[in-house]
Amino acid sequence: MTNAVEQESIKVIVFQLADKEYAIPVSHVQGIEKLMHITRVPKTEKYVKGVINLRGVVTPIVDLRERFELPISEHEETTRIIIISLEDMEVGFVVDSANDVLDIPADSIEPQPEVVGSLEEEFISGVAKIDKRLLILLHLEKVLNPLK
Amino acid sequence: MEVNQYLEMFIEESKDHLQACSEHLLELEKNPDDLAIVQEIFRSAHTLKGMSATMGFEDLADLTHKMENVLDAIRNEKIHVSPEILDVVFESVDHLEEMVMDIANGGDGKRDVSSTVAQLKRIELGEEAIPEVVGTAETPTIAVASTLEYDGFEQTVISQSAEQGFNAFEISVRLREDCLLKAARVFMVFEILEKDGEVIKSSPSVEKLEDEQFDQQFYVAFVTKESAEDMQKKIMKVSEVEEVIVAAIEPKQHSEKEQAIQEVAATATATVEVAIPEKNTAAPKPATAAAPAKTDKSHAPVGNKTIRVNIERLDILMNLFEELVIDRGRLQSIATEVNHGELNETVERMSRVMGDLQTIILTMRMVPVETVFNRFPKMIRQLSRDLNKKINLEIIGAETELDRTVIDEIGDPLVHLIRNSVDHGIENPTARLAKGKPEEGTVVLRAYHSGNYVFIEIEDDGAGINREKVLAKAISKGIVTQEQSYSMSDKQINELILASGFSTADVISDVSGRGVGLDVVKTTIESLGGNISIESTQDVGSVFSIQLPLTLSIISVMLVEIEKEIYAIPLSSIIETSIIRSSEIMNAHNQKVIDFRGKVVPLVFLEEIFEVPRKEPQGDEFHSVVIVRKGEKLAGLVVDSFIGQQEIVLKSLGNYLTNIFAISGATILGNGKVALIVDCNALIK
Repeated sequence: MTNAVEQESIKVIVFQLADKEYAIPVSHVQGIEKLMHITRVPKTEKYVKGVINLRGVVTPIVDLRERFELPISEHEETTRIIIISLEDMEVGFVVDSANDVLDIPADSIEPQPEVVGSLEEEFISGVAKIDKRLLILLHLEKVLNPLK
Repeated sequence: MEVNQYLEMFIEESKDHLQACSEHLLELEKNPDDLAIVQEIFRSAHTLKGMSATMGFEDLADLTHKMENVLDAIRNEKIHVSPEILDVVFESVDHLEEMVMDIANGGDGKRDVSSTVAQLKRIELGEEAIPEVVGTAETPTIAVASTLEYDGFEQTVISQSAEQGFNAFEISVRLREDCLLKAARVFMVFEILEKDGEVIKSSPSVEKLEDEQFDQQFYVAFVTKESAEDMQKKIMKVSEVEEVIVAAIEPKQHSEKEQAIQEVAATATATVEVAIPEKNTAAPKPATAAAPAKTDKSHAPVGNKTIRVNIERLDILMNLFEELVIDRGRLQSIATEVNHGELNETVERMSRVMGDLQTIILTMRMVPVETVFNRFPKMIRQLSRDLNKKINLEIIGAETELDRTVIDEIGDPLVHLIRNSVDHGIENPTARLAKGKPEEGTVVLRAYHSGNYVFIEIEDDGAGINREKVLAKAISKGIVTQEQSYSMSDKQINELILASGFSTADVISDVSGRGVGLDVVKTTIESLGGNISIESTQDVGSVFSIQLPLTLSIISVMLVEIEKEIYAIPLSSIIETSIIRSSEIMNAHNQKVIDFRGKVVPLVFLEEIFEVPRKEPQGDEFHSVVIVRKGEKLAGLVVDSFIGQQEIVLKSLGNYLTNIFAISGATILGNGKVALIVDCNALIK
């Protein structure tokens, strides 16, 4: 995410949380999985849902709704786990649905508007407007940081 | 020359040769008159020199060369072995090791060794080292024929193949001037050659030939059972070859020195003899493989064909196999559901084959502890000189095998413990004599298998642990209180020296003891799933005993259920399981305890520790309890029910989730779900 602005355009995975659309650079995405059995890990942060068996690799799962302190919803048919790899970590994000892969031109990315809002604000590196869609670009390091 | 692809091999083999040098040097020190040992060292040094020169590490080659000169003089009885000479040679080996390590770490292997080189030179000249001898050593390649030169190894191959009834030829091939694809023709020639025998050497080198860095002519040294005429005809069949001259190489032309090597080679290994007939049956391989194959053979141990495999590949293999194990579990449950005869049979057969496969994969990762132990004789030698003590190191059970990952971790703790034994354990010679002990102290390093564990013991016949001194120190450092000290057993007191912030040596030496060592040892061993205990009798000696799991990747666990969650408890911590009534639970200081075989054992409700969500409270009168231990202490883990014992594959939780209380890792169960492994050590205080 750090060098997103310098590039001409970046390819992102778009996913939905509550009523907003978010984006993560494809380069950090290892894959998108359907919801599977999550084993709870005791004594961890509330947003750490547990671990899954991702083809033999035990992968921790973070519920982004809980991470951003959004209202919790039941997991549905469209619920997906996006597997992120950042530095030497692999983590899965639970999202409402994974919608799209898009190319975002670098010049359509704007710094995040100065509005005092929810907790998610500090995890945002910028916003992009594409055909009336507003995409929120996530700052992955910050999303994962407090547990490191 | 593109050498990077061989670098890893070079490093590994150099380490082997340096290890061999050290071992033989130690042997030589004990039997200074045994010239056969010198031959062995010479051989290792010689190969090392050749390899490092090929790889372009000039400093390494140069120092080895100087060392080789001294060895050569010893071998030819020009110099007599003395401790002073050995010291210098040891020093050279140390330097060489440093250089190789530097190369392994990405450096260029350069190092200032001028003083050692000067000393070597002095030794070499100090006695009546005859310049001629040195001369031959400096240029070990002796011209046999006008065109090709052979080093010691190649000479050996030639002479040995002659003994085996092979003919050694030097073949000169000239290509036509208008030849367009020279490399292709070279390849074809090599293909023919390798069908019928073994290419020992080529001039220019194979690499240069491949790059067409030659004019029209090249030379090949070759051993075969075919006759000269046949070979010539065969090579002439390759188009665009203008002329082929096949001349026999006379093995008799070797110098005495080379013959000496031959003799040693003949008695020591038979690799070359084995290798040549094999090559005949083997499928012809491209000429590119000729160069590495050559270096390979010279080090292959007799009758034991091994290849080096990157540990990462083994890990990948293991991971893939684990996935297979999970799929097998699914297949088994499907087969039971469908209940189809042939399917069941196939699944059963597959399970059996996979069982065998698992054993093989696991044993592939096993390495003898020798790889760790073999650095200790030299260390002890150095320590005993530094400390002016006389020490004899005995190694027992070096062939005991352990998982590679454990081997990698166990080296440093053992160094600490041995240094500790030598420094604090063994007394100096006068003190020993005063106590009526032999002047020379003994340190025994022992490894053996027992059940699912490997034990490594370090035993010394030194001063033992001074109970009062340890206690006084522990109290003054605030590790234990005066009151606690009264109720401590001898064993507990001994183990105080493993506590952090403890050092009993009156004088802090650089050999061991700033009090940082032994607690690190303890932590490392515990992190490997093992434990350490100490037995000691004052003035008689101490035994440090380390218990280690055979492998880190597969462990036996007991699966237990709490509500709907499954947890795995390592069998190594479990003493037994039992079912207790609610009425048997007693209260002591807000702690629920039970009376277990006359001992008061505190209960740990895993449900509470792990905050298991439960819809309705359990009103059961009976509780399932797993009694676990940490050292001498026991605890009862209360669970809902026992599922059973199982071998599981240990997985880490990754880098995101670290330091989770009372969870040491995870595993994947037969149904594909993840189960967490309980860390009993964290649950017992």
